[in-house]
Amino acid sequence: MSLFIPVILPLVAIMLLLFSYRSVRLQQLISMVSMSYLLVHAAIILSKVVQDGPFALQAGGWPAPFGITFTADLFTAIMLLTTSVLALLVTIYSFGFIGETRKKAGFYVLIHGLVTGVNGSFLTGDIFNLYVWFEVMLISSFVLITLGAEKQQLRGAVKYVVLNLIGSVIFVTAIGLMYGQMGTLNMADIALKLRETEHTQLINSSLMLFFVAFGIKAALFPFFFWLPASYPTPPMAITAFFAGTLTKVGVYVIIRFYSLFVVSDQATWQVIILIIAGITMVSGVLMAASSYDIRKILSFHIISQIGYMIMGLGFATVIGLGGAIYFMVHNMLSKTATFLAGGLIYKFRGSYDLKEMGWIYKDKPLLAFLFLLPALSLAGIPPLPGFFGKLFLIYGGFEIGAWKITAVAIMVSIVTLFSMIKIWNEAIWKKIPDESQARAKNKLPGTSLWASIIMVALIVALGLSTGYLADYFFEAGRQLLDADLYIKTVLK
Amino acid sequence: MLILLAVIIGFLYASSIYMFLRRSIVKLVLGIIFLSHATNLLLFVTGGLRSGEPAFTQSDGSVDLATISDPLPQALILTAIVIGLGITAFSLVLVYRFYKETGTVDLDELAENDQT
Repeated sequence: MSLFIPVILPLVAIMLLLFSYRSVRLQQLISMVSMSYLLVHAAIILSKVVQDGPFALQAGGWPAPFGITFTADLFTAIMLLTTSVLALLVTIYSFGFIGETRKKAGFYVLIHGLVTGVNGSFLTGDIFNLYVWFEVMLISSFVLITLGAEKQQLRGAVKYVVLNLIGSVIFVTAIGLMYGQMGTLNMADIALKLRETEHTQLINSSLMLFFVAFGIKAALFPFFFWLPASYPTPPMAITAFFAGTLTKVGVYVIIRFYSLFVVSDQATWQVIILIIAGITMVSGVLMAASSYDIRKILSFHIISQIGYMIMGLGFATVIGLGGAIYFMVHNMLSKTATFLAGGLIYKFRGSYDLKEMGWIYKDKPLLAFLFLLPALSLAGIPPLPGFFGKLFLIYGGFEIGAWKITAVAIMVSIVTLFSMIKIWNEAIWKKIPDESQARAKNKLPGTSLWASIIMVALIVALGLSTGYLADYFFEAGRQLLDADLYIKTVLK
Repeated sequence: MLILLAVIIGFLYASSIYMFLRRSIVKLVLGIIFLSHATNLLLFVTGGLRSGEPAFTQSDGSVDLATISDPLPQALILTAIVIGLGITAFSLVLVYRFYKETGTVDLDELAENDQT
């Protein structure tokens, strides 16, 4: 039962929220309770996986290759926990940040819908079921991104919706071809059959379609154009949650599929993945460096950081994968924290344009630090987690002698530092451009401020406790590389 | 039958790509509808075509694996059609709201917005 709660509980919460449609206060109370319990439950799943190893549950008691399987290994459990932390903190943040009309239009319902889809995608062990969870996640995100229906939002939403729908259709096509070739939809069963048959190169066509479909969701190199066009448009609380979870689900699935299904032609796939990782990193960071809107800069950074995670997968070693997982956790926290701080800066000054801003350090030093710490973490300054994430990945690159991609990764992190310093200099440090203008000093909502502070505290804590936690991340990488373990867990 | 279906699927894919390349957003949505229909048919074919055979067990509970049609792709298509219906409805509403707000359904105007 325990593995179904992360998807059932938000669904129950959605029903309760719809019943309490009229009262925003009641909706906030229900959201707090359900999100807090999800966090506790994710921690229970994680502790169970750490103690007893990966485990699986069969829906409806149907035995493994026929029914729908839910599986949790260490990677899944870590991702579940991180998502629950983000969901709870973004919910708290939204109390003071999201306007009354959006709350009444069902903001909390949709956030729960998104959490259902994300948790389901993490847990499921069946590729068609994965498609269904993806759709749950997508349709919630479609409505969230258009919620409020401002002109800008609709413009961004058209691009977001169209490209993601095309991605979904490609995903279904790949599922169809996979089923035609393997005769099963259970991920462990497919992996087992692939290891027993000889002509595994036949599956490369559907694997490539999968890679394109998840590449669109994860915003990899040739497919990322929807992200900078749509992410900056909704209110920051929504963007922050999208940035922390949606693209990471794409990365999660790419890593999971690679570890299970890429049996033959591994060297070719590694080269493809590393090249795409390199171009993704470079193009994302260069576009960020040339931008002057806080939201755009941060959105472009999401793309560049996705490149790092995929690079860890391309190394396909314990350190590479463990580093990629660590980097994902760090990125989900730090990225969301920068967006939350960016939203507070907007509340404080009433603008997103760096050229009009300045002197936040003088007027509100706390806000400056709330932005500075996650930004430095993204750039990779010790002792913040971004440094350790990059350290693991670069070490992994040196270990297998992938010099070129590692060099690219190091260069990219310097440019990342540059564009973070640009936000710091322009928004926080510099004198306000037009002295005669009265500086806006709006009051900041207390809940949002506290959510931001907790988030930053978590980032610092993660960085300082890396020494204790690193082994778990490498263990998660080891479990990913050991496909037999996954197969045995599901089909015992 | 298989060849006919293959031709139809190919034609649907081709027309959806053609619709994607047009400038109007309404045609873009039409393209998505074609694309999802093409994919549904593709799913249907992946199970192997057997005409005239039921996709369920005999009345005495026995199953003849040599003749039964594969029920799984049909279940998948059913799910995909339902999801497709909801998503098509949403995108049509989105395009309508977009037209109300901006007074245009031209994709090129959408692109110009990115520079600002």
